[in-house]
Amino acid sequence: MAHIEVAEGIPGIRSLVLFRPETGEHLYKLVQALLRGPSSLTEAERELIAAYVSHRNGCSFCMNSHAAAARCLYGNKTALVDEVLEDLQRAPVNAVLRSLLRIAGKVQVSGREVSQEDIDDARHAGATDGEIHEAVLIAATFSLFNRYVDGLASLTPEDPAEYAVMGKRMAENGYVLPAKKS
Amino acid sequence: MAHIDLKNELPGIRGPMAFSPSTAKPLNALAEVLLRDDDNTLTRGERELIGTYVSSLNDCFFCQNIHGALAGHYLQADMAYIDAVKKDYVSTTISDKLKALLAIAAAVQKGGKSVSEEAISQARSFGATDKEIHDTVLIAAAFCMYNRYVDGLATWAPSDRQFYIDRAPRRAEEGYIDFDLYKNTVS
Repeated sequence: MAHIEVAEGIPGIRSLVLFRPETGEHLYKLVQALLRGPSSLTEAERELIAAYVSHRNGCSFCMNSHAAAARCLYGNKTALVDEVLEDLQRAPVNAVLRSLLRIAGKVQVSGREVSQEDIDDARHAGATDGEIHEAVLIAATFSLFNRYVDGLASLTPEDPAEYAVMGKRMAENGYVLPAKKS
Repeated sequence: MAHIDLKNELPGIRGPMAFSPSTAKPLNALAEVLLRDDDNTLTRGERELIGTYVSSLNDCFFCQNIHGALAGHYLQADMAYIDAVKKDYVSTTISDKLKALLAIAAAVQKGGKSVSEEAISQARSFGATDKEIHDTVLIAAAFCMYNRYVDGLATWAPSDRQFYIDRAPRRAEEGYIDFDLYKNTVS
């Protein structure tokens, strides 16, 4: 049961933004801009960074939902999502994405963990300033979402089928604040 | 020097915000509602103090100084008092309810799963409402984001703490959304 009285049966972040839509509105706008706005990274790549950081934070709700969204967006390369979550070192991702995932992993620990060497590696792989900025802000933002969802002990479904539905909705519709049922 | 070319010389979080206006807008709007909205039973000073405390746990120099100066401004306390709260809030004169909320914020800083039933019950026993507990968790989570954004890009921060104290009254007056990023940038 959640730490505060939220609507019953609504999972994760949705229950929290329905409890407090005044802050929820801006959280959804932030994630929409970050994961769906104009970028040289694909939507699938950005969802994968989100899932990877959530995985490292042990946030099952965010990890499962964003991994499901990434699988939908990757189309015929869905296995890549699970390979990255299982072992980044061995996963067959391109050099830019690998370097950005490494930076995101550092940010997950602390902003101060990101070293000049991490940045140099990313640049050497061909990452742009805009891409490095996005990797840092996505990782920072999911350090928020993961803590928000788990810090209030919001409902976390266990059935993978529920996440497949969520992932499809996130891939198709992006992030739209849920409406309060009257 | 920052890790990327931000194309400006602005201090702290203003640098990457000017670099990326599309994300700056919701980031600032979130801070405005969470920290300044008057429809809240936690005072602005108390909310800024939660942000300051989490920023100190994350060792983010820029955030703990600007938000510490804002907390001091609202609470009419000097920096020595704010520093005492950061160092050992249990021994300070803040209310029992705020102490219980800071304990929740500290747990959130470690990880969402660190927030225990006991910490929530403790806050409730001192009169904390669901909304106050919600806002405490979200403020703490939000500062885990702002701190990582500021330090993950190695943004520049003035080392003189007086810079932040001087800037606080103006930030308190203008808030987080209706200001020009480039105005009054260097003291």
